[in-house]
Amino acid sequence: MSRIGPTSPIALLIGLIVLVAAVMAGLSGTELALSRYLANAIGQLAAFAVLAISLDLIWGYLGILSLGHGLFFALGGYFIAMYLLKHSFETTGTVPDFLQFMGWKDFPFYWAGFEFFPYALIAAVVATTLIAGVFGYVSFRSRVGGVYFAIITQALVYVAMLLMFRNDTGFGGNNGMTGFTVLLGWPMGTSGMITALAVASLLVLALVLAGCRWLVGSRFGALMLATRDDETRLRTMGYETVRLKLIVWCLSAVIAMLAGMLYVPQVGIINPRVLSPELSLEIAVWVAIGGRGHLVGAVVGALLVNAVKFWLSFAAPDIWPFILSGLIVLVVLVFPNGLMDLAKFKLVRPMGAKRIAADIGEARP
Amino acid sequence: MSLTALLVDGLTVRFGSFRALDDLSLAIDYGEVRAIIGPNGAGKTTLLDVISGITRPKQGRVLFDGATDLTGLSEAAIARAGLRRKFQKPSVFEGLSVRQHIVIGADVGFRARLDAPALEDRVSEVLETVGLVDQSSRLAGELSHGQKQWLEIGMVLASDPKVLMLDEPVAGLTDEETERTAALVRALKRPDRAIVVVEHDMDFVERIADRVTVLHEGRTLFEGSMDKVRADAAVVEVYLGR
Repeated sequence: MSRIGPTSPIALLIGLIVLVAAVMAGLSGTELALSRYLANAIGQLAAFAVLAISLDLIWGYLGILSLGHGLFFALGGYFIAMYLLKHSFETTGTVPDFLQFMGWKDFPFYWAGFEFFPYALIAAVVATTLIAGVFGYVSFRSRVGGVYFAIITQALVYVAMLLMFRNDTGFGGNNGMTGFTVLLGWPMGTSGMITALAVASLLVLALVLAGCRWLVGSRFGALMLATRDDETRLRTMGYETVRLKLIVWCLSAVIAMLAGMLYVPQVGIINPRVLSPELSLEIAVWVAIGGRGHLVGAVVGALLVNAVKFWLSFAAPDIWPFILSGLIVLVVLVFPNGLMDLAKFKLVRPMGAKRIAADIGEARP
Repeated sequence: MSLTALLVDGLTVRFGSFRALDDLSLAIDYGEVRAIIGPNGAGKTTLLDVISGITRPKQGRVLFDGATDLTGLSEAAIARAGLRRKFQKPSVFEGLSVRQHIVIGADVGFRARLDAPALEDRVSEVLETVGLVDQSSRLAGELSHGQKQWLEIGMVLASDPKVLMLDEPVAGLTDEETERTAALVRALKRPDRAIVVVEHDMDFVERIADRVTVLHEGRTLFEGSMDKVRADAAVVEVYLGR
């Protein structure tokens, strides 16, 4: 229902992302090409930004906090890893570590077909929609919401982690899956592949951003906000809010799954640690810092927190968790709605600015 | 005239050992404005909760149009059948504009069903009726208390409901705003619509209601015109204390 101009923050951000992707693709193979480390970091950050958007969609726009989105991220990661191992095996004959470790001669039967990328992609979308759908339906139908829902999602991701730590499930157990050598027929680990994966991640990020912006600006998006603000009110106007929540929840899960599919080939490994509650909590932190209910905020939050983390874990490995925690506390104290509050300072009328100043003054003891 | 819109039949609702509604029966006709009054805890809001599907009764039923039992339907299905309700506490969507509220109320569904010009006409008409034309692009969160009350009336009105329930529409309003709301409620009266108003403000009730039902401890204490209500000894006793 609302329109976006070419100079709106989201249009600028999408433009910037596409520009970075174009420059990276253009410079690839020349002397000016980005270092492998930097290209890889950009690609990983883009995957995290997609993950942040997936949470912002249901938390910021629908008011449902999930502390288990790592589950869907991991689903994407595991499915792409299955494809990579099977494809690598078919192409080069490399037997995956976990098969040798378990003393198995062949892949378990449910690995059949995973050497085909389209099959792996469809399987991932179907499995994610099914798992999210069943879980969401049961929860939303019983009107589980708020903090209870958040706790249950956290429990869900933890249960999944315990399951994946078992070695006999056929998904790599506690060592996870690694040793990916071929992707779509091309060798992994080359500069070209690193750039291609980063560019693909950036393009998916731009597409997801544009798609989500369209969705939240549509009539359906207005109904999402209405559900967030007063679900009973909307329900008593004739809307099936359970269905609405279920649709957005599944969409969010699939976006998180896509982020996992982009992430795992770039780090070269997936193991059950992705399912640890820490990652799922961290996603919420990115969105909270950036500003929930703003797609740009989610991306900024994910990029900022992770860039600081990348840099600090290298520059000050001993104290970076403390610096990061301090930063989080500071942002939440100063900007309760995340960094997107910064933008408001410029936009408010003088009266509004005074009111904000008064609020801050009042908050002081 | 005098077709029954709502037939409440032997309704009992318990919260623990407290009987919010106790074998309550009453009929509300099309074409009338019915006020439901009574002291706190008499069961007024509980009755609206049962009719709109939010609370399930222990016993009894609510027949709509003499045919549909509402007690088995979901809130959304009841709303789609043509019954809409304004809540006691103004319930609006802080993040949406005034106009968006009316659109959501007028055209129910995840996708728009009405064509754009028809919807536009309907929205303008409703905004006109509730006096919010100048506020149409403002966010609901920025409105005054009175404007929120009218906005909520507007969004439930937008669907052209057959049964319109208003829970304390003038609570917290100034005298002037109360005056405007009374005129609005009278203007909404139609032969094919039943309006149910729960309210504490007796002067307001006197101005709008065709008939008044007095609830006390989950039962009907008295039913009739406001003059008779004021003259009834039992009602006076309940209201003035014993």
